[in-house]
Amino acid sequence: MRPTRIVAIAIVGLVAAACGGTTTPQASGAPTAGGSAAPAVSKALNIGFTNSQTGAQQVASTKQTEGIKLWVDQVTKAGGIKLKDGTVLMPKVTFYDDGSATDRVQQLYTKLINDDKVDVLLSPYSSSLVKAAAVVSEQNGKVMITAGGADDATMEQGFQNIYQVYSPGSKYLTGAIDLMLKLDPSIKKVAIVNEKDSFSVSVVTAAKPYAESKGLQVVVNQGYDTGTTDFAPFINQIVAAAPDAIIGGGHLVDGTAFAKALKEKNVSARFVALLVAPPEPTFADIGDAANFTVGPSQWEIPFYGITSDSFTSAYRAMFNSAPSYHSAGGFAAGLILQRALEDAGSTDPAKLRASLDKTDVMTFFGRTKFSTDAKTHGKQVAHDMVYIQWQKGSDGKLAAQVVWPTEAKTAEAQLRK
Amino acid sequence: MSLEALIPSAIDGLMLGFVYGLAAMGLTLIFGVMRVINLSHGPVIALGMFVVYTLFTGPLGVNPYLGIVAALVIGLAFGVVEYFVALDRVINAPELTTLLATFSVNLMIIGIATSVFTTTPRAVDVSLGSVGIGNVTVLGTHAVAVLVAIVVAAGLYGLLFRTRVGKSIRAVANNRAAAELMGIDSRRMLALAFGIGTSLAMVSGALLSTLFPFNPLSGTGYEVKSFVIVVLGGLGNPTGALLGGIVIGLLEGVTTVFIPVSWVPVLEYVIFILILLVRPAGLLGARA
Repeated sequence: MRPTRIVAIAIVGLVAAACGGTTTPQASGAPTAGGSAAPAVSKALNIGFTNSQTGAQQVASTKQTEGIKLWVDQVTKAGGIKLKDGTVLMPKVTFYDDGSATDRVQQLYTKLINDDKVDVLLSPYSSSLVKAAAVVSEQNGKVMITAGGADDATMEQGFQNIYQVYSPGSKYLTGAIDLMLKLDPSIKKVAIVNEKDSFSVSVVTAAKPYAESKGLQVVVNQGYDTGTTDFAPFINQIVAAAPDAIIGGGHLVDGTAFAKALKEKNVSARFVALLVAPPEPTFADIGDAANFTVGPSQWEIPFYGITSDSFTSAYRAMFNSAPSYHSAGGFAAGLILQRALEDAGSTDPAKLRASLDKTDVMTFFGRTKFSTDAKTHGKQVAHDMVYIQWQKGSDGKLAAQVVWPTEAKTAEAQLRK
Repeated sequence: MSLEALIPSAIDGLMLGFVYGLAAMGLTLIFGVMRVINLSHGPVIALGMFVVYTLFTGPLGVNPYLGIVAALVIGLAFGVVEYFVALDRVINAPELTTLLATFSVNLMIIGIATSVFTTTPRAVDVSLGSVGIGNVTVLGTHAVAVLVAIVVAAGLYGLLFRTRVGKSIRAVANNRAAAELMGIDSRRMLALAFGIGTSLAMVSGALLSTLFPFNPLSGTGYEVKSFVIVVLGGLGNPTGALLGGIVIGLLEGVTTVFIPVSWVPVLEYVIFILILLVRPAGLLGARA
C-alpha cells in the first residue's frame, strides 16, 4: 500500500474518532447518597441527575451540584418534605459523571430512569447537556427541573415534563446592552464573538437585533467552535474593526481564555460583557484581565435579601468556597421541586406537572414561573438577570460587583481603562 | 473582511506555524526512517503538555521553560521504550500492522491520561508580556515558542547531518540492510529515531501548553494537522515538515481575515486532498 494512501486512511480514522466523541472514558462515579438515615415513617424521594466531574463544564457543574447537595442537606436536617397526607419524603440523590459529553448524558439519564428508578430528575449543567437529558426525560414521561440550561431552543420544543429555572438565553445580554448605553451613550460599534453552541447562539440571536434596534452597528459577528483555545484570529479582526464594545463568549473555559487574550493583545474596547465565565469566582484568577469585565448572572448575593445571606453562609460552611449563580441555580432547582411536591402531595408525574404549571413563587433566587403555552411549555418567563462587573477595590483586590439593574447595584458600572 | 487584520493575523499564524512544524517534524522523521505512521503522535503531544503542567503545578513549581527541557528528555526515553514495547517485533511487518500497533498505544495513553488527569481543561499560567507595533501585538510566549522551535529544529539538523549517530540514522533510513552490513546496529538506530520523533512531539506539546488551555484529548487536533503538514511538505522530509507547518500556520492566519474561522479546517483538508491528488510527493518531495 502506498504511504500517502495509508496516511489518508489514518487521517480519516482520526477525524472519525474525534467526531465520534472519544471524550472521557472515565468510569462513572458511584451513586452518591445525599441524605442521612430517614425516619421510620418517611419514604425516600429518589432524585437523579448527571454532573460534569470531568470535562469542559466541570467548574460550573460542580457549583451546581454543590447547590443541590446543600438543598438536600437542609431538607434532610429539617426532617424531609412533608406532604399533605402526612407522608415525609427524604431526598436521596443519585448522580453520575457525564464527562461534559452529550452521549454520556443520554446513556446515564436512561440508566437513572430504567435502572435506578428515580422519581424525579434534575438537569446536568450547560444547555447542550440539558437538551440531551430533556429528550430522554420527555420520552420517559419523567419530570425534570433544569437548573443549568438556559437556551431557548430546548424550551420551545413543546416538552411537557421539562421546567426551566434559569432565565432563558435570550435575556442574557440584552440587559448588558442597556447597561452599556446608559454608561456611555456614545458607544456606536459593537463586536459580537460567541461560542457556537445552542445556548450562546440563542443569546446572540436575541442580542444582535436588540443591539441594532438601539442604533448600534455590529462590526464583527463571528462564532467560534466549542473547545476553541486560540482567540488570536478573532481578536485581530476585533482590533481591525475598532469596536467600542465587545459582547459574547460562551462558557467558563473559553470565556476566561477570551478575556485573557483581549488583555494580552491590548484590545481597547471600552465595554466587554461575556457569558457565564465572569460570574464564576475563579474568573478573578486571570487578574487584571478580569478587571471591568461584565457578566450576566442568574443570581448574586446582595440581590434578594436575607434568605440569600442564609444560603451563602450555609454554602460557605459546607463547601468552604463562595457560591456562584450555578450553585444558587442548583439549590433553587431543588427548592422549586420541593415546593411542587408539597403542593402536589405526590411524586406522580401528572400531579407534579399540574403543580409546576401553576408555580409562581418568589424565592431567594428570584421569581419563578413557567410557560404553559403548548410550544414553550416549561420555559422560564418570570426570572430576571442581574449583571456583575469585576472591579478592583481600593485595596487592589478584584471583586465582583452588581452593576445592573440599578436598584440592586452594589457599585457603579465602569468603562474599561 | 478587513485588510487591517491581515498583517497581525499573518504574524500570529506564522508564529504558530513553527510549533506545528516542530510537531510534524517528529511524525515525518519516524516515517522517513522506519516507514511507520505513528498514530500515538497526538497523545504524545498532549503528554508533553502535561509534563510541563505537572512540573509547574507540583511542589517544586518548575518554570515552564525548564519543563520543556524535561519534556525533551522524557519524550526521548518514552519513544525508545514505546519502540521496543510496541514496534520492534513488528517493524518488518506490513505498514498497516505498525499503524495499528501505534494506534493501540494511542488508546492506552488516552485512557490512562484521562483517568489520571480527567478531561477537565488545564492551563499553564505563564505570561512574558507583549510587544506592540501599530495594530500588531506579539506575545512573549509566542515569540519564545518560535525561538525554541527553531533551536530544536536546528538541533535535529545538527544531529542528523553533523554527527556519526545522525549519519547512522540516515544510513538506516536509506537502506537498512546495507547499513547493517556496514556494522550499524539498525535496531538501536530505529529506536533512537523513534525516540527523537517522540521527543519532538512532546516538545511541541510542551510549547503549546504555554500558549493555550488543554486536556488529554487536545493532541488529536494537532496530530491531524501534523498529517496534513507532513503530506504538504513531503512524507519523510523534516525540512518539508517545518516548511509545511509554516505554510499551514500562515494559511490559518491569513484566511481568517477573508472567511469565517470555522471554515479554516475545511480549507486545510481540501488542500490535503488536493496535494494527495496533484502532488503526492509534497512541496519538497518525499524522502525514502
